[in-house]
Parts: sequence; structure tokens; C-alpha cells
Amino acid sequence: MYNTTYHRASSADDAAKLAGSASEAKFVAGGQTLIPAMKTRLAAPENLIDLRHAGMSGISLDGDMLTIGATTTHAEVAGSDTVRKACPGLASLASHIGDPHVRHMGTIGGSISNNDPAADYPSAMLALGATIVTNQREIAADDFFTGLFETALEDGELVTAIKVPACAASGYAKFPNPASRYAMTGVFVARGSNGVRVAVTGAGSDGVFRWTEAEQALSSSFSADAVSGLKADASGLMSDIHASADYRANLVAVMTARAVRAIA
Amino acid sequence: MSEVTMTVNGRKVSGQCEDRTLLVHFLRDNLGLTGTHVGCDTSQCGACVVHVDGKAVKSCTMLAAQASGSDVVTIEGLAAEGDLTPVQAAFKEHHGLQCGFCTPGMIMAATDMINRYGAGNLDEKTVRAELEGNICRCTGYHNIVKAILAASDDMAKGAAAA
Repeated sequence: MYNTTYHRASSADDAAKLAGSASEAKFVAGGQTLIPAMKTRLAAPENLIDLRHAGMSGISLDGDMLTIGATTTHAEVAGSDTVRKACPGLASLASHIGDPHVRHMGTIGGSISNNDPAADYPSAMLALGATIVTNQREIAADDFFTGLFETALEDGELVTAIKVPACAASGYAKFPNPASRYAMTGVFVARGSNGVRVAVTGAGSDGVFRWTEAEQALSSSFSADAVSGLKADASGLMSDIHASADYRANLVAVMTARAVRAIA
Repeated sequence: MSEVTMTVNGRKVSGQCEDRTLLVHFLRDNLGLTGTHVGCDTSQCGACVVHVDGKAVKSCTMLAAQASGSDVVTIEGLAAEGDLTPVQAAFKEHHGLQCGFCTPGMIMAATDMINRYGAGNLDEKTVRAELEGNICRCTGYHNIVKAILAASDDMAKGAAAA
């Protein structure tokens, strides 16, 4: 790892101020992606701004709106009775990220800000119609994920919380890579006030996306059978040493059916 | 350089280290606590698992500076000198190791697992799923799983008797 200078932020404003005055700064929360990337020198920030003490952690439900602080860990989301009741698919998704030790450190804000094309959380944000709250504004999930490792965040802007409308009928199914356990395809299905939304991670060559054909089929009949005849279009999907685009297209359909079954 | 202060195995310690120093290196090199191992150094194998503020984490994937102010427990801090915790005793009794390299991380993960689920509340399927972050290249996991289940049951009996 190249050397870096560590700063501990006491609040979101403090973090933004530190980022504004330091060159080549990166925010670190759980660090479960960034620190491995720094060790392999894929990332070499001159300054690291630690958000774990910035008071941005916690889960609350206000009416139908679930708010999750950006530095809330995967273990906290997975273990929260509030999340389990309001949004069971989200709790289930969090319980299958990485391993128990990674879930004790990794955070929801870090995951969505990094927008790894094989990360789990972006699919939930898109399917649930979440709102991403930053230190400057609120961004709809539909506008937030803009490409591989790319988001709508500007320099010095940081995610402070996520707002998710409660959705009892929500489920997630993933096919983990047998070695890395990252999602080779993960599908989040949500049936709520916005209708049925289906979002796919791990498969798209441009990152997370919505599978509109499945949304239409599930809107007329919400059952695994309704998607059994569908096949995702392989043209926009990744092909790599792990799986071809065709294989992933099949996984998208199979995981969608499993996510629907997890709800029913 | 950072001045890092933390409580390690109940003792307040401080030391100077580079900001990029990983917690595992601070424990091993600055404090001489070499029970915590570096296996893969890529956040996969779990040989470096320690408890930070009561939670099992991979000490190769956390900076010492991030852990400043925290309460850290390593394999050396689990039992009193010359004694074994029920988890350590069960690994010995059920031969939950061969070469022993992964064992400190396995014991720290198992201890955390039993803390979270409660003694006596584990089954084989849960233990195997919970060991996802700890790799053993020798045993095939059978005796490790047996040891964790035995420790969990022993601790439940101990709690009932107390």
C-alpha cells in the first residue's frame, strides 16, 4: 500500500470540509473494498477521510419511510427487526453480503457509492425506488447509478443516508461466484406502491439495470410461472472468464423466479 | 505517522505507526502479539480475525488508525494465562486443527458466532454458513464444525448449571 494520511471526520460537514482542503482524498467507511484496493495499489488516495465516527449510522422507520444511515453496517441492516418487518428483501440481501466479518465493517453507503457492478445493494436501491440522501441534495436511485463504479456523486459529495419506502413484498436471489462469492447475477424484486420493479446486478455490462419485460409480466401475474418463459436480452450483459452473456441471461431469469418465490 | 491508542486484551496501549499500517501489523509488529496471523492478506481467509468493540473483523482489512480508541481482543486475550476458553478446549478435544495456521481466526470467529447466536442455539448448517469467511486448507472443516457445536452446547450447559 502506498502511504496515505488518515483523517477522522466528526460529522458529514466536517468530512466534506476535510475533503475540500485535502488533495486526492477518498472517503472510507467500512473499508472492505477500498482497503483491499489500496493494498493492491488499484487505489492510492493521498488522504483518507474516515466516516465511521461522523454520526451517520442508524435505522429508523417514520410512517412508511425507512431511513438507514450511510455508515450502518451490513450486519446491522441484516439483524434489524425494523428492516426485517418493513423490507424483508433488504434484510435478506444484507445477510448474504461477503462473510460475517466483512458484514461487521462494510456499510450500505460505501457499497452504493462504490457501485461495483457485482455489488448487491444497488439492485435493492433501484428496485425499491430508494432516495439517496447526500450532504448536498437528494438523488433518486434511478438517477444515481450511472455506470461501472460510476455514480451521480460530485467531488466532495458524500452519501449520508438512504430512504427506502417500506415494501413487505420484496425479495432477493443471487447466484454467487463459487470462489469470490460476489454476485454473478443478483435480482431484487419489489412489489409496492410503484408497481412491480425488478433490478439486476452482477450481469449488466453497464452495471445495475431494470428488467422491464419481467416487470410487465409480473404486473399481470405475480408468480414465478409468469417469468418462466422469459429470457433476458444477452446483448447488454457481461461476458468474462466466469460466465458468458448467454449464461448470465439465463441466470437473470432463474434468479428473478427465485426472488419472486422468496416473496410468496 | 499516527499516534494510535487502543485497549488490547484489557490493557491500554499506544504506539506510533504509519497511517497505512494495518491493524494486524500493529498487533504483530508493534505489540508482539503474533497469535493473529496473516494468511491471504486479501480479506478472504480469516486467519487475522480479531474482535474490535465486540465484533469479529478481519484485522488485515482495517487500518490501525481506524481502530484507534477501540477495544480490541486477540487470541491471546480470550483466556487467562494457562487456561482455555470452552471454544479453545473444544478445538483441542475434537482435534479441530491440523497445521494450526487458521486456528486463531477460527477460534475468534467461533467465539463471535456463539456470542451472536447464544450458546446452544447453533446447528451444523448455521456453523458452516457462518464459517464462510474462514478458510482451512487441512481439515475439510468437519472437526472444526464439531468443535464449535460442542463448545456452544457446553457453554449452554455451563450457563444452565450456573
